[in-house]
Amino acid sequence: MSHFDSLESFNPHTKERSVRSFAIEAEGLRKRYGDTHALAGFDLAVREGTVCGLLGPNGAGKTTAVRVLTTLLRADGGLARVAGFDVAREAASVRRRIGLAGQHPTVDDVLTGRENLVRWARLYRLGPRDARRRADELLERFGLVEAAAKRAKHYSGGMRRRLDLAAALILAPGVLFLDEPTTGLDPRSRSEVWSAVRDLVAGGTTVLLTTQYLEEADRLAHQIAVLDHGRVIADDTPDRLKARLGGARIEVVLSEGADLAAAGSVVARVSSGPAETDAAARRITAPVRDAAEAIAETARALREHGVAAEELAARRPTLDEVFLTLTGRPAVPDGPPDGPPDAPDAPPGTAGRARSGRPGNDGRDVTASADGGAAA
Amino acid sequence: MTATTISKAPESSPGRAGRLRHAVADAWVLTGWELLHWRRNPGAVLGAVAFPLIMAVMFGFVFGSAMNVPGGGDYREFLMPGMFGQTMAMGVVTTVSVMAISATRGLTDRYRSMPMSALGPVAGRACADMVSSAIELTLMMACGLLIGWRVHNGPGPALAAAGLLLLLRFSLIWVGVWLGLRLSPEAATTAWMPMFPLTMLASTFVSPAQLPAPLRVIAEWNPLSATVTACRELFGNPGSPGGSWPAAHALELALAWPLLITAIFLPLAVRRYRRLDR
Repeated sequence: MSHFDSLESFNPHTKERSVRSFAIEAEGLRKRYGDTHALAGFDLAVREGTVCGLLGPNGAGKTTAVRVLTTLLRADGGLARVAGFDVAREAASVRRRIGLAGQHPTVDDVLTGRENLVRWARLYRLGPRDARRRADELLERFGLVEAAAKRAKHYSGGMRRRLDLAAALILAPGVLFLDEPTTGLDPRSRSEVWSAVRDLVAGGTTVLLTTQYLEEADRLAHQIAVLDHGRVIADDTPDRLKARLGGARIEVVLSEGADLAAAGSVVARVSSGPAETDAAARRITAPVRDAAEAIAETARALREHGVAAEELAARRPTLDEVFLTLTGRPAVPDGPPDGPPDAPDAPPGTAGRARSGRPGNDGRDVTASADGGAAA
Repeated sequence: MTATTISKAPESSPGRAGRLRHAVADAWVLTGWELLHWRRNPGAVLGAVAFPLIMAVMFGFVFGSAMNVPGGGDYREFLMPGMFGQTMAMGVVTTVSVMAISATRGLTDRYRSMPMSALGPVAGRACADMVSSAIELTLMMACGLLIGWRVHNGPGPALAAAGLLLLLRFSLIWVGVWLGLRLSPEAATTAWMPMFPLTMLASTFVSPAQLPAPLRVIAEWNPLSATVTACRELFGNPGSPGGSWPAAHALELALAWPLLITAIFLPLAVRRYRRLDR
């Protein structure tokens, strides 16, 4: 499947030699470090003005892909075009059209937020006055006007990320790369960053973001590419991808001493696929078609059989379950995850969420363990 | 309110002169950035000279009475040019660690993803380090004057000596950039460990003539010895050369060593930076 062939014929009259349909195109990218194939035939095409979520565990090649696409790293083989320019041969033209916000915010703590942006604008060769004006525009756009004169060391995690994002947008790039933009942020900061990204996309920016969290890709992306061992193993809209994965799941945690086998047969009746039972944790997980329906039915049937449940919840598949479904094996990261965020807030659309038994045990149950511990 | 001020980036790739101008402009912005740091945090500069000053006081007053200056003279006057030289040489540790930290914190990646000059960040590091070293040297000299060090040959030779010291620092910047781009930050923080003995195995604290044979040869040919000995001559401080060839030609070597180091490591450092995409 060659993206390039179809692209060249897209608009022969276009003035820019870039093709206006795809902002990011990669074909057969390869990169090897010693014996490790960080990229092993990486293909991707992202339409202009859309968000593509690059999803995968640590070591899947997400960061390597971003580094190649942002001209930081030369691929051993394959082709990539960003904003219509070849990343290897026309790196300078690519750099004028992209923004990159990496895993570590490049915020200078000693400087104020405004000074940070002015410095970056100067490095983008804006004159002193233009630099100040651009900094003010961006501060306003990212809701940092009040904090503009404060030193960045007093900023919250979310504010730092937004400042870093603003610095990547000095030249209003058409394509923005975000490498794990919310890793390590608390839920509130995360939704701040998400809404900033949504605003950008509404303005026509193309965004490629890498993430370890299916939920994040689901919320932001028009397209999700799942990466495994340097190769895209699934590339589709979130809805179609989820449909392939069996949609929502329900999770039942039984009270101490409850009849696990009875609960298992109850869950098996409502589920759309094989259920997983973790006897030690007294937890049963199963894919379902309609979460609200399944929750209601399960709650009713459990009560009927006299099985006491501590928790009953619907949730999205975790990255681990995505991997299990797509590859037949669990996602094994090369290293420990880089600070997984604690207890993400409930994803939208997991409508049915009922709970019997102990109230007030909040947070953990809905998107149970984003770091994938549940499926291990 | 979005794209009003941003149509400035030129598309065509600049010629040789344009590239140089860009490198200078980028280096200027980065140096100003660094200077702003010191204005906000003057304690950092004081911190940088605190250690050599403590050393100067310790050696000058604690060991000083037991020290023999070759050819006679006050040990503290002998010592201070050595301390200046050691401070310049140890500056390489700062360069190494700043470069290494910038690389791991994503700062270097950020620069490289921007339409910046390929030399800008490296040149900016060099300028910033030179300015900070000049400030450190001035502070060290002021403190030297307080503890009894004197300039005997007038301002001209004294300025020449300061120039030699900064030239040594300049040449070591490129060693620092090159190493900093190769080492992890953890390894970079240990860079002082090999550096420190190397700055002692020189004419810093004692005359090389007083050392046992194998060490004496190293100390005599140590680039730091050339700079320090040349500075003693230019300042008019005691510590006459022990008759070895390098000591007799200290002034020439104090120019030749840094130029040689620069000629080797500046291209290596730039090449290393340009090949970060490999």
